[in-house]
Amino acid sequence: MPLLEITDLRKSFITPDGATHTVVDVPTFALGEHEQIALSGESGSGKTTFLHLIAGILRPDAGRVTLAGREMSALPESERDRLRATHIGYIFQTFNLLQGYTCLENVLLGMKFGRGVDHAFAISLLKRVGLADKLNHSPRQLSTGQQQRVAVARALANRPQLVLADEPTGNLDHANARESLALIRETCRENSAALLLVSHDREVLAQFEQVRDLKQLNRAAAQ
Amino acid sequence: MTLARIVAKSLRQHAFSTVVTAASIALATGLLMAVWAVKTQANQTFTGVSGGFDAVLGARSAKLQLVLNAIFHLEESPGNLAWRDFEEIQRNPSVALALPIAVGDNYHGYRLIGTTTNLFTEVEPQPKRKFAFTSGRAFNAGYAEAVLGSFAAQRLGLKVGDKFHPYHGLLFDEKQQHAETYVVTGILAPSNTPADRVIWIPLEGLQNMKGHAAQTASEISAVLVKLRSPMAGKQLDTLYNKQGNRLTFAWPIAQAIAQLFDKIAWFDRVLALVAWLVALVASASILASLYNSMNERRREIAILRALGAHRSTLFGAVVLESAAIASLGAIAGFLVYGAIATGAAAIIRAQVGVVLDPWAWNPVLVWAPVGIIASGAAAGIVPALKAYRTDVAENLVPHS
Repeated sequence: MPLLEITDLRKSFITPDGATHTVVDVPTFALGEHEQIALSGESGSGKTTFLHLIAGILRPDAGRVTLAGREMSALPESERDRLRATHIGYIFQTFNLLQGYTCLENVLLGMKFGRGVDHAFAISLLKRVGLADKLNHSPRQLSTGQQQRVAVARALANRPQLVLADEPTGNLDHANARESLALIRETCRENSAALLLVSHDREVLAQFEQVRDLKQLNRAAAQ
Repeated sequence: MTLARIVAKSLRQHAFSTVVTAASIALATGLLMAVWAVKTQANQTFTGVSGGFDAVLGARSAKLQLVLNAIFHLEESPGNLAWRDFEEIQRNPSVALALPIAVGDNYHGYRLIGTTTNLFTEVEPQPKRKFAFTSGRAFNAGYAEAVLGSFAAQRLGLKVGDKFHPYHGLLFDEKQQHAETYVVTGILAPSNTPADRVIWIPLEGLQNMKGHAAQTASEISAVLVKLRSPMAGKQLDTLYNKQGNRLTFAWPIAQAIAQLFDKIAWFDRVLALVAWLVALVASASILASLYNSMNERRREIAILRALGAHRSTLFGAVVLESAAIASLGAIAGFLVYGAIATGAAAIIRAQVGVVLDPWAWNPVLVWAPVGIIASGAAAGIVPALKAYRTDVAENLVPHS
């Protein structure tokens, strides 16, 4: 049984002129445990919405998202929050670190709503991403690449089964992007987490053994 | 990383608005507590001040004016009464002590009160406590000697052996100096009563001061009366107030003062209303401050939600933050309270001689801060609802 299973997933939005705009229409998709898949998608292909639906941030209009044997799309919001906190790590293109918190506190926040705070593990994650000497730095005091590494550590903080990465290298230069991607893949393997990454960057996609085209996967994007 | 830590972080991030809002809460809390505490304590203390007497006999007048003049040493004397009136009440078997007083002169604004030496040997200005001397002794009847209350001595800088010339009238006018010279023979210990603001001299001294009308030599301003029983008060009340029409018997003293508080009750209500309005505005300032900050915090809220925080957790965090600001303000409010109440107590002591204790127990010191914190928490509900309703996907990252 796959870790993530998607069936007939649909999501539409109402545009300002009142029309219905379907953003995601995915008949089927699956991701196994420890598997790493890259989704290629251009801007407007619905990749962020797709990831939000998987994470339970958005509720689908139709279809099912089953994560670790639980149908996420059928759960009430509070249980979706709980499932997300305990099973999913999220890496954003803009990192989304909280600026008023130190690097360590950002990672601890990744634990707070999930399996509980574990200082030792948070520190070990930051050491693993090469930020042992930046624990008490504010994200503002870090380079873009370093901020991305904090975001990676935070995504792994709740020992997730699945890491979702939305254009994680989009804000990085070439060298940092390659380094960061390798780090994400390695740390996901080390922590037994599956990885679903979306990107439009060919170099990033070329690093993956399994790449799926969102245009083929998402009927809404193909139109 | 507890919820309290998250709230503390937020307060630090918005330190300026936190401080400004907490300061307005502090002002409201302090003002509310001070108005209430000074009002209730003044009421209790003033009605408790009797100078060691049960009643005052004086010329026909309002009881309140008589008490203010004879016990609190405020206001004009309502008029004089004849020496035989004193002798008559002194002879009454239900009267334990009758002390004649005469007023009409001052020294740099501090009243000279002419009386007998019984004041120092028989009167208990506080329960079971007679007047005590910090230095010197009582005056001798018939001599130009004076005993100063502690506050008057301190303010006038007079000590035993010093000499002074009294001034005519109750208000200081340097052109009205009397020729007589008085020597200070004693300084009283603080009694925490209006007696501390007075200069006591022999009754004859005031009656016979040069420049006073000749008839004052056989008149006094009032008689302070201590009764043997409360029943005696009723009898004398009937005798002087109902059957007679020449004199006024003010009994009980506390009742006359209660009338004063009844008269100025509207002022208390206005002050309390102002304090409540300030509290309301302060709570509204928490609401406005947090509500406005919600716009800039939408992204932060969305991130926390993406990390798995429930809507209700963030709702609670905002209410907790609001309560925390109110709590900071309420704690700082005690400083404001201390400043206002101490200042008010100092003014009352200087003007009336009655001592208030700003830090004496008063229920308002609990219910006002608790009420302010509760209203602060309630004020956080509207911004908390805004946090509750924050759209995660909308505020997390732009749609692609």
